[in-house]
Amino acid sequence: MATILEESGFNPDADLKVVGTNPVKHDGLDKVLGRAKFGADVYLPGMLYGKIVRSPHAHAKIKSIDISEAKKLPGVKAVITGADFPEIPQGSGWGDMSRTTIAREKVLFDGHPVAAIAAISEQVAKRACKLIKVEYDVLPHVIEVEDAIAKDAPILHDYMRTKGDEDAPDVPTNICEKMVSKIGDIDSGFASADFIVENDFDSKPMHQGYIEPQGCIADYSQDGLVELWTCTQAPFVYRDRLSAILKIDAAKINVQQSELGGGFGGKTGFYAEPLAIVLSKKASAPVKMTLTRTEVFRGTGPVSGTKSRIKMGCKRNGKIVAAEAELYFQTGPYTGSMYFNAPNAMFTRYDLPNIYIEAYEVVSNRPKVNSFRAPCVPQIVFGVEGLIDDMAKKVGMDPIDFRLKNAATEGHTTIYGDTWGPVGFVETLEAAKTTEHYRTPIKSGEGRGISCGFWFNRGGETASTMTLAPDGTVTISTGTADVAGSRISIAMMAAEELGIDVDKVRVKMSDTNSLGFNRVTAGSRTTFSVGMVVVDNARKCIGELCRRAANEWGVAEEEVKFENGEVKPASSNVGDFAPMSIGDITSKTTMTDGAIVSSSSMNVTGAGPGFGVHIVDVKVDEGTGRVDVLRWTVIQDAGKAIHPLQVEGQLQGAAIQGMGWALNEEYIYTQEGQLDNPGFLDYRMPVASDVPMVDCKIVEVPNPLHPFGLRGVGEVPVVPTMAAVGNAITAAIGIRPTSLPMSPPKLLDLIEKRDTLYP
Amino acid sequence: MDQVRYEAPETLDAAIALLSDDTTASTIFAGGTDVMVQLHSDLIEPEVIVNVKNIPDLIGIEEIGGVYTIGAATPVAELQEHKEFCEAWPGVIEGAELIGSVQVKGRSTIVGNLCNASPAADSVPPSIAAGATVNIVGPNGKRKVAVEDIVTGPRQTSLKKGEIIVSTTFPARPPHSGDAYLRLTPRTEMDIAIVGAAVNLTLDDLGICTTARVSLGAVAPKFLLVEECANALIGTRVDKNALYALGKAASDAADPISDKRGTRDYRVKTIAVMTLRAAERAVKRAREN
Repeated sequence: MATILEESGFNPDADLKVVGTNPVKHDGLDKVLGRAKFGADVYLPGMLYGKIVRSPHAHAKIKSIDISEAKKLPGVKAVITGADFPEIPQGSGWGDMSRTTIAREKVLFDGHPVAAIAAISEQVAKRACKLIKVEYDVLPHVIEVEDAIAKDAPILHDYMRTKGDEDAPDVPTNICEKMVSKIGDIDSGFASADFIVENDFDSKPMHQGYIEPQGCIADYSQDGLVELWTCTQAPFVYRDRLSAILKIDAAKINVQQSELGGGFGGKTGFYAEPLAIVLSKKASAPVKMTLTRTEVFRGTGPVSGTKSRIKMGCKRNGKIVAAEAELYFQTGPYTGSMYFNAPNAMFTRYDLPNIYIEAYEVVSNRPKVNSFRAPCVPQIVFGVEGLIDDMAKKVGMDPIDFRLKNAATEGHTTIYGDTWGPVGFVETLEAAKTTEHYRTPIKSGEGRGISCGFWFNRGGETASTMTLAPDGTVTISTGTADVAGSRISIAMMAAEELGIDVDKVRVKMSDTNSLGFNRVTAGSRTTFSVGMVVVDNARKCIGELCRRAANEWGVAEEEVKFENGEVKPASSNVGDFAPMSIGDITSKTTMTDGAIVSSSSMNVTGAGPGFGVHIVDVKVDEGTGRVDVLRWTVIQDAGKAIHPLQVEGQLQGAAIQGMGWALNEEYIYTQEGQLDNPGFLDYRMPVASDVPMVDCKIVEVPNPLHPFGLRGVGEVPVVPTMAAVGNAITAAIGIRPTSLPMSPPKLLDLIEKRDTLYP
Repeated sequence: MDQVRYEAPETLDAAIALLSDDTTASTIFAGGTDVMVQLHSDLIEPEVIVNVKNIPDLIGIEEIGGVYTIGAATPVAELQEHKEFCEAWPGVIEGAELIGSVQVKGRSTIVGNLCNASPAADSVPPSIAAGATVNIVGPNGKRKVAVEDIVTGPRQTSLKKGEIIVSTTFPARPPHSGDAYLRLTPRTEMDIAIVGAAVNLTLDDLGICTTARVSLGAVAPKFLLVEECANALIGTRVDKNALYALGKAASDAADPISDKRGTRDYRVKTIAVMTLRAAERAVKRAREN
């Protein structure tokens, strides 16, 4: 099994015709005209509407659930509870996943599903929900990390012991996992430092804020086949997880992904889908379920809130010699937060001789966390890049020069063991220095911050097919979901390789019946990995086109070549044959060997690391603590921007999401552990008028393992955001905020504290 | 939302009859910009919705001798387009303009904003500071009530069953008058005020403040009309000392709760800042006319 194209064919001097241009997205028109079909847009004959009964308690034993009254309501076709699901032991991965879907022994967060109803209308389903009587035995709950790890904390799971901590006593705990990472000798590192900086930091969970709430429709047929239409970043992963928790053969479940109204990691795991399938089975009818915005906030996963202590030391010359951290991550009621990304990425981009990191994952009575762009990293980098700025100030260096002094380069071996090929961190920092933004002096009363970020970028299982139509046009089926416009970039790479116009290529998001397993769209893997298999398919098709042309001309295969979309004789010695276009060959497949198709499946490796630098200017209202973001520039290495406008869209979107996380977004809980702001009115994401134009500068240090040199771009740009805003605020008010979000009340308190400290 | 009856009467009498019916739970629907949201999120469950936009008495802007009367169902967008009203009451417009996005303002109304009875409503403090009154018609006839006497607490008004506010009346302006409304939100728009402050004042020919009304929003269960704030300004040139005293009086008058939108402490601190800034803006306007 290939993991990479043996000969990537990467050529820095290639004369690219399609790659690097900005054609109109093929899926764009349907979206602006409102014709695109999203999760909630499928209607099947005889379909029912499903609704979920959710726990009003943060932590409680379920004593009993009485569904009898609900079942009697006319129009109700099915009522289910946890008892309708296959029994899987708690504490196991599948057991946890099944219990996240619907509670069994206990409810573990406000909004935890306890029952679901399918009825002939949404109104009837809603009325029936009110008729379900659940008897709870309310238990003490715990929301914040520091409370969850406290000595007498309420325990969520009696069976839980800390994985990875041999010294932990054999008693129940809320700490699921411990991970230690190190390089060198931390004590001697700090002993050699001239300056040491240290601080405590914390952050709140952040919701992805996708505009499309989860929507799906499930149809369980009499012969046991499941058709599921849903908005997802991971159709194949959904299929296999549904198979595991519902105990249905994977081959009997077909998942068709819809268009996606935003995911950002939040649609990598399912919520209503298993309920819809079980309801459909029980009611013998298709069941449609669409979450409300309130349900999205109460029931679906944000990314982890954190608490951390970070310490760094450097020499007088600016060389960092030691970095230490103790990190705590909320995971919701069950393990599975991807917290390990943080120790692996928090300092990675700097060449540090001594590192020691302890990271802990902690359960509490919150919804199970989910992925969000560079999961678990930006909220920790907030602290790291803040301390880096503090060190630069102590040493008296320009913040970019300080980072350049410590930047990791090609050949660097990371804390997770990889040794890098060509990387573009230094180039990105140098490019930041030359921006008009950085060279323009900041106005008095305003503050400027810079910050950097790294993301691994991923590959993984990717399968795709390519089909050439008789007229020479091309269809590509891909199973790695398009969440941000990857289809156009994939079409462009195919068009480039095949030497045809991009509008002759169409990319279709396939269902799970039609392709081999594709990993979730995550890790900034999609354009990179799908690009790899699509180029592989194009080359296979080109090989077949050459073979057919050679046959027709009666020459050997080696005597023809493919160039600019045509097969032609390799040299004039071969004979005088008119070149044949793809269509010339595919229109004759009746006379030759049938349709030309290709399939490729790889477990892709070779993704090149990505780096970004953000420059942010802010003004702080010292009377209220309100922050206005005045200017924002993102500089990032894309390896090669296939569709530069799409890349810019990724950079701008990430900056804005990070800006919300930096300034106002937070989950607010009542004393009783109920989410108090489950809506966009009070979960304060930025609105359009809050956001300045985000300027972008794309740096291109190619990844030679990819045919066009590209690197993933979706996650890097969120990593530096909060730190950049934090550094800008620090520059503006002269005191460092260490708690996210840096909301007006916190900043006003800080300004008052500053005035007491330095009157 | 269960089945709801929808009525669109064309006379005030018909509307009052519908709203007076003791056997059905009814709600008035003018712009609908609050009602629809509340309906969809199950916050209200009316049996009948009475659309009042078809009643001619409730639509329009009328000016007689500097006194403006604004029909209760007149959308904010129409107020914004009324040049003379905008010049006379820039502070009222500042509040009204915050009632939603451009699209929402095509339907939303200042009386709806008032009757929704949120202590954070943006058009109410400037209306109170303006000394506006509302004209009410109900089963027992007509009455006039000062705006500050309508909201009695969160989601509660002094309106009786069957009563409709028909219009709002703004008094005539003496020369050298100015008003202003400022609110504090973490975001630039589409947000709910953490605190809001409206100041309306009149100067004499020498620049001394002769009358002032200061109203505060989101710092108590109902809107405040704070006499101590007015007294801090009256008789002064609205100088630094007066502004400082005004801010302090605003903080002293505030009795806010801590909730998801802001803590008590933060509200008490920032109401001073916002009131002071609103006064600066109002006095600048007064000096210019």
